[in-house]
Amino acid sequence: MSDTAIRRGLDLNDPKMRSIVLFAAMFVIVLIVGYVQGAANTTLLLTQAIAYALIALGLNIQWGYGGLFNFAVMGFMMLGGAATVTISAPINPLFWDSEGPLLLGKALAMFLVGALVVLAARQSHRIGIKGGWKTALIVLAWFVSYVAYRSQIDPAAAYIESTAGYIGGLGLNPMLGWLIGGVLAAIMAFIVGKISLGLRSDYLAIATIGISEILRAFVKNMDWWTRGTQTVSPMPWPVPLPQQYQADGVSIADSFVFARLGFLALALVILVVVFLFIQRAYGGPWGRMMRAIRDNHIAAGSMGKDIKGRQLELFVMGSVLIGIGGAMLTSFNQIFDPSSYQPINHTFMVWVMVIVGGAGNNLGVLLGTFLIYIAWVISDPLAQAIFKNLSAWSQSVGWGVIPEIDSRALQMRVFVLGVIITIALRYAPKGLLPEVVQKQK
Amino acid sequence: MDELIFFINRVLISGTVLGSIYALGAIGITLVFGILRFAHFAHGDMMTMGAFIGFCIASILAGMGIATPIPIAFVVLPLAMVVTAAIALGIDKGFYAPLRRRGVPSVTLLIASIGVTLMMQGLIRLFFGSGTRSLYINETKEIFRIDMSAFGGSRPISITEPQVLMIAVTVVLVLALHFFLTRSRLGKAMRAMSDNAALAQVSGINTALVVRVTWIIAGSLACVAGTMLALDVALMPDLAFNIVLPIFAAAIVGGLGHVYGAIVGGFLIAFAETLAVFNWTSILRPLTTWLPFDLPANLALVPTEYKLTVAFVILVITLLARPTGIFKGISS
Repeated sequence: MSDTAIRRGLDLNDPKMRSIVLFAAMFVIVLIVGYVQGAANTTLLLTQAIAYALIALGLNIQWGYGGLFNFAVMGFMMLGGAATVTISAPINPLFWDSEGPLLLGKALAMFLVGALVVLAARQSHRIGIKGGWKTALIVLAWFVSYVAYRSQIDPAAAYIESTAGYIGGLGLNPMLGWLIGGVLAAIMAFIVGKISLGLRSDYLAIATIGISEILRAFVKNMDWWTRGTQTVSPMPWPVPLPQQYQADGVSIADSFVFARLGFLALALVILVVVFLFIQRAYGGPWGRMMRAIRDNHIAAGSMGKDIKGRQLELFVMGSVLIGIGGAMLTSFNQIFDPSSYQPINHTFMVWVMVIVGGAGNNLGVLLGTFLIYIAWVISDPLAQAIFKNLSAWSQSVGWGVIPEIDSRALQMRVFVLGVIITIALRYAPKGLLPEVVQKQK
Repeated sequence: MDELIFFINRVLISGTVLGSIYALGAIGITLVFGILRFAHFAHGDMMTMGAFIGFCIASILAGMGIATPIPIAFVVLPLAMVVTAAIALGIDKGFYAPLRRRGVPSVTLLIASIGVTLMMQGLIRLFFGSGTRSLYINETKEIFRIDMSAFGGSRPISITEPQVLMIAVTVVLVLALHFFLTRSRLGKAMRAMSDNAALAQVSGINTALVVRVTWIIAGSLACVAGTMLALDVALMPDLAFNIVLPIFAAAIVGGLGHVYGAIVGGFLIAFAETLAVFNWTSILRPLTTWLPFDLPANLALVPTEYKLTVAFVILVITLLARPTGIFKGISS
């Protein structure tokens, strides 16, 4: 800090000072919310915010470090949630006693055979099939594999749904589920990235939106896997549940606070570890290379960097964090409800967090996450209060009451989110805490 | 013969209607991309908004006791188009133009369009609630039945009055747009700017006017497409958000920036979707005596829940095999 800055006391252009001031302001906001809403609600809000922070950091790796578009945040979160269901939900004995596992095994075998057939067709040039014939063969292979797989999975799904409901979970620790959620998201990100990372940014945006919608359609309709719209609930926690505290004689109100504090502590530990790791990665040679690719991929490519490979690496890394965060949210909310996933609440809110916080700056993204999540949560009661007053006013003027206040007030959040994006892009395009560009002296 | 009639009813007619909607939406996206070089994500919600504006005007007229021979939504369409075009201009002036002046990359404009999407969605739901409404106000769909008994069919080909009107309106609008782009001075200026914006400006074309005309065309076509979609399905706040993907797929498959490509792409995607979820058993039933196996009850290529995947798969194949689309599109 320069002398003038010390003299002026508070220099908001200095990155360090700016972060300290803004984080202090955020801390005050959290305290006020905590005072108004009570300890139980505040711990709930903070734990969810930490899960979202993991997701936003994941997106920051993709968009902030690498400049890669990812509008499939919701899809990866859903994958993480579905993985947690399969790992940690209680075992469903009905399924394991029925013929379900056998049928599913057959379907899986057919899937693998189909994949092998397609891969073989792609290599058919080795035996002298070329040009149009090869394309025709590949299309035929895809079609045959698809029909063969459908012929196995459709009856299996119908059988499981009619006898056992769904396959249930494995009854293992939820934290293993989070890990598997990350792995599943990584596999999906690898496939998606392999196909679409070479595309221009607007094509990539539409491709990822499509993938996220398709993932949602699958998870929502694969009733045999995730019970679809019937939802899986309650999901276990890796830490003691409020009910366990209550069994030990803690009062109901306190039990929620204690249990959520336990989850909060666990989530915080994970967040701190992840944050330190990716912050180091950002500062190191690896992060420098990624920024070089982001800022000028042609120059970076001519220096011998493997652009496509590196971007794939970033995409997969970010998606792992998104998957883990999504899985953690599912566990914490104790319910997996595929129809509750909306692009607005998930994909776009996370984007707002990253943009408002400051893409490329991990601290900024943390700040943005907490601010936006708090704004998102409290704007519902706030809008309701405003509407109730408006309604009372319009009644007194003689225009009658406003109908359906509850459901309408909820929509205000969507509008507020849109306003925040457009204002941020116009007046603070780099975010509250802009990325610090280090200059070599 | 009955099978053929069933096919016409279920695929040909509904595919054409869906294709008209997709084509009109995709033209808007492709025009905005051609002139302003960014993917306008708010187009879907512009469609919904257009439908709701039509709904408001129609309700007011119906409330005044005015009854029309054709569905009232079609009568008020020109007025709704004007209002929507004005709102589209306002959105550009308020949100995109300031960013453009600063010379931001097209990615920022894309994100801004998502912000606009959210604002419009929030406002629509705020004013109209999240329930489903009908654009047929005190009206019933009139169904034309074309008797096919002369050709040996026992069932008629049935098409509803709104469907006939939709197809007719689309044909008229597409022809009008074609003549505007090829014959009028302004249309030629638009094509020139879409080819090379800098060169167009140097040669004395009023680019600000072209941008305004682009928004007027895109906004009014979005209003038509949204109204048609609402007539075809139902009027819901998240009506068009679900078809943003097929519309973008149509524009990209046709080649971004290419108006005729967008039309072809729209119909291509619509027919692919309709054929993919079509139950082929109903067509193949006469062949049962010759087939060695029994036909399953439902022989659709893709279950209806996964209809969305069709547009996406076509999009991915296009991007992999021919990234510029069927007609050679622009690359930004």
